Amino acid sequence: MREAVLFFFIVMAGTAGELCVSRAMKSVGEIHDFRPKSILRFILQSSRLPWMWLGMALMSVGFFSLLAILSFREVSFVVPVSALSYAAGAFGAKAFLGERIIRNRWIGIAVVCLGVTIVWWSRK
Amino acid sequence: MTHTRRLHLKTIPLILVSIILGPLGNVFLGKAMKGVGSLSSVRILDLAPIASRVLTSGYIWLGIACLLGFFLAHMLLLTWADYSYVQPATSLSYLTIAILSYFILGEAISPLRWLGVFVICLGVFLVGQTSPSGALERA
Repeated sequence: MREAVLFFFIVMAGTAGELCVSRAMKSVGEIHDFRPKSILRFILQSSRLPWMWLGMALMSVGFFSLLAILSFREVSFVVPVSALSYAAGAFGAKAFLGERIIRNRWIGIAVVCLGVTIVWWSRK
Repeated sequence: MTHTRRLHLKTIPLILVSIILGPLGNVFLGKAMKGVGSLSSVRILDLAPIASRVLTSGYIWLGIACLLGFFLAHMLLLTWADYSYVQPATSLSYLTIAILSYFILGEAISPLRWLGVFVICLGVFLVGQTSPSGALERA
């Protein structure tokens, strides 16, 4: 049970965090040069956005859940199963960022889910 | 030397670095956490001593350093290489994670798990075959 909850946090909180950060990044705008001054301005701008902080907090929850599950599960099991983030990311990007997901990408995501299911079966 | 060749010369080593450093980071995190002991039935009160054991483990910092290196390599790659080129190439990292878990952590990987890992690589590769922006695909 605890394992399922931790996977839920790794996939959902991790993905939700990335979506929040992505939303914040889109509103800061594309970065065109990589001089220290521009990068510093970029960091200052993004740190003023609540989406950025929410995203960081959610990503931290995902990271600590990963650490917790690694304490009692194999790496070769945990990392492949967390590839479910591809599916969560696609649904989230469609719902939350209004991105259009093309058919071929759904096919790839379905194959990832099939692979995750097979790895899940290999659970000892 | 042509421009394309030069581009390949800096892209391929960085892709190799990222498909090794990312999984290596996770393997070290796994090693560190196995040393801390199972958190499968831990109470909230025990979290402080556990956190201090985690933070004083060398492997955790090694893992974080590898993941930061991976992140840096990935970001660098994306400044010149197309996402649709980088993403399928990095799908191989699921294979690397299985290989490194086997050799460094001594995890037993059943044929079924290998099959699952291959299918995941294939799926991530297929996702990467699509255009990075849905808007571009429509045009």
